[in-house]
Amino acid sequence: MHVSRDFSHFVRTAGEGVQHIDLAVEGVHCAGCMAKIERGLSTIPDVTLARVNLTDRRVALEWKAGTLDPSRFIDRLEELGYKAYPFETESAEVAEVAESRLLLRCLGVAAFATMNVMMLSIPVWSGNVSDMLPEQRDFFHWLSALIALPAAAYAGQPFFRSAWRALSAKTTNMDVPISIGVILALGMSVVETIHHAEHAYFDAAIMLLTFLLIGRFLDQNMRRRTRAVAGNLAALKAETAAKFVGSDEISQVPVAAIHPGDIVLLRPGERCAVDGTVIEGRSEIDQSLITGETLYVTAEQGTPVYAGSMNISGTLRVRVSAASEATLLAEITRLLDNALQARSRYMRLADRASRLYAPVVHATALITILGWVIAGASWHDAIVTGVAVLIITCPCALGLAIPTVQTIASGAMFRSGVLLNSGDAIERLAEADHVIFDKTGTLTLPDLEVMNAADIPAGIFELAGRLALSSHHPVAAAVALAAGARSPIVGAVEEAGQGVRADVDGVQIRLGRPSFCGAETLVSDVTNLDAEASVVAFSKGSEKFILSVRQGLRPDAQAVIAALKARNIGIEILSGDREPAVIAAAHALGISEWRAGVTPADKIARIEELKRRGAKVLMVGDGMNDAPSLAAAHVSMSPISAAHLSQATADLVFLGRPLAPVVAAIDASRKALHLMRQNLWLAIGYNVLAVPVAISGVVTPLIAAAAMSGSSILVMLNSLRARSASREIV
Amino acid sequence: MEILVILVPLALALGGAGLVAFLWSLRSGQYDDLDGAAWRAIADDEPPQDAPVKR
Repeated sequence: MHVSRDFSHFVRTAGEGVQHIDLAVEGVHCAGCMAKIERGLSTIPDVTLARVNLTDRRVALEWKAGTLDPSRFIDRLEELGYKAYPFETESAEVAEVAESRLLLRCLGVAAFATMNVMMLSIPVWSGNVSDMLPEQRDFFHWLSALIALPAAAYAGQPFFRSAWRALSAKTTNMDVPISIGVILALGMSVVETIHHAEHAYFDAAIMLLTFLLIGRFLDQNMRRRTRAVAGNLAALKAETAAKFVGSDEISQVPVAAIHPGDIVLLRPGERCAVDGTVIEGRSEIDQSLITGETLYVTAEQGTPVYAGSMNISGTLRVRVSAASEATLLAEITRLLDNALQARSRYMRLADRASRLYAPVVHATALITILGWVIAGASWHDAIVTGVAVLIITCPCALGLAIPTVQTIASGAMFRSGVLLNSGDAIERLAEADHVIFDKTGTLTLPDLEVMNAADIPAGIFELAGRLALSSHHPVAAAVALAAGARSPIVGAVEEAGQGVRADVDGVQIRLGRPSFCGAETLVSDVTNLDAEASVVAFSKGSEKFILSVRQGLRPDAQAVIAALKARNIGIEILSGDREPAVIAAAHALGISEWRAGVTPADKIARIEELKRRGAKVLMVGDGMNDAPSLAAAHVSMSPISAAHLSQATADLVFLGRPLAPVVAAIDASRKALHLMRQNLWLAIGYNVLAVPVAISGVVTPLIAAAAMSGSSILVMLNSLRARSASREIV
Repeated sequence: MEILVILVPLALALGGAGLVAFLWSLRSGQYDDLDGAAWRAIADDEPPQDAPVKR
């Protein structure tokens, strides 16, 4: 059967006879990588463009249409030492980029207008105390109006639109007082200018817009980058399916390119990426991720299979009924949306505050105006004071205090490999002072490792690895991976349920069950040593070896446990596994408190007990059997590899092989909580000080705009400190 | 004060030129990869196409 890789789904036509593809590349860190990749790809004939984007870790490639196969670029990058995969920009990211550009354009216009209006305002201010002619002053005011009015109309769009949306939905938001303040200040300035008055406030209005846009842009940019990282991550995961393109020809295509009605091949050891019906073949499938049932189900013609099922023994042909929605990209996108839009406890508080705040601000401004009129001031002075109150009390600092920290902290966590699943996870994680680890799949890696590779001659091990490539059994896959095997042995035959055999230079080699290789006698030695391991035998002629395969500890588990201890966090292991295995892990990691053979109900009881003692428990476990205890704990975390994401009840999910994200997440959340509190106090303090001053009428709208912008920027800058947390892992 | 007739339009024109330049740089994608651009400025020149230089 012929297998090819088909990336045509990702190729776009870019102009006359030129094709374009975007690749997400892993491991690009510096200028050196950039130059290496660009040179390496440019040397391929007919490539017209190879440009690395270091910020987003992507490569854009263009070449003369029809001359090259995109898989060649991926192979070339592999030779250079980089893992790459085609990348499809998802619509959410496109929207973020467009929004980010609009904000930057508005910011450019507003900044230009601010500078020029200030240039005209300063002569007026100094002229008012010296000898400026009224005609000159009017001229300068009109010029300011000429610049500020169109600029505000353009640069204010993001605020006006949002305010209008809120008002048409009969609610208010932060943008309503901003819009009213800006429009009122501009309108009043025009009236003043017509009446040849000494003061106009074009400068105040446009400066306010500039500073607000800076804040908006920074926030938006943060979101855009987080989304770009998520997109890369999903692309590099490269979920593919083997699709039949002819009666006997299959092509490895991305899941996104599979449509209902297509026929895909599902080999043993593969996870099904689509929903569909079996049309040919017979096998056992593991549907535990979908149904929770751990017993294998027999699949034959007519059996429905769902995305997430694992094929165990035979090869199946599946007709696709629904293209998968449960791709990793879709899941990560969903998680990210959750995290970004989630309403944490503090955020809800801040939201409610700004919702209450807007009417209060409007009422205060109105009362200020009326109060001054009653006290005998002119309408003109009263309105000026009212505008100053409106501008100075824009609840921006208050509104920005929590969301900016939340956005920046979730971005920082994302970069260290942690995704937030629930909005208030940051605050709850920051409080955690006791960590309970599950062992299997959490402290240990979910995939299998060969434990006694060092005891076996290198040549033999390599041969075993090459032979293992011909089998799709999960244990064989682990052997092949451990041996670093690349070229399968020609003519290898797999005997279902037994193993694989092949002839090399006239000697028969076998890999499989001990009985298949005639190595039953050796088994007891290995199992005595390590009760937990699965064994697989390898024979070459009369030489016989036993490989012991089991889940290894995560590479940095020991360092992470030490780091948690250094942070004065209590640690214990609660595992459903047998005692010897738990003791071994606890001993290796230096954890003194452990319980073995624990049922899910016991785990919950233990968590409840700790809760009663006042401990805030962080439960780290894989999603499936730990789901109830994850829910019972104060806050919970799961490795992404454990269960299907959509079923994870964990508040946070971490990616990859290392355990370090657990410590990184705790650090980041503690810092974030600290900053949130600090920001709230900053914002409240500012308002308490500034509002009475504004009501008293000594503040002009320009000073009000400066003070308000200053407080917002202070809060923004303070929030940015949450970024550094990601850099100090363990 | 007749100098204003020249100076004010001149100042506005210069500011406007700056704005146009900014919008142009934004449109041509110069803000898409700020990290990479920082390094490209100090990168060595590309070796000539016809005589590849061994590094």
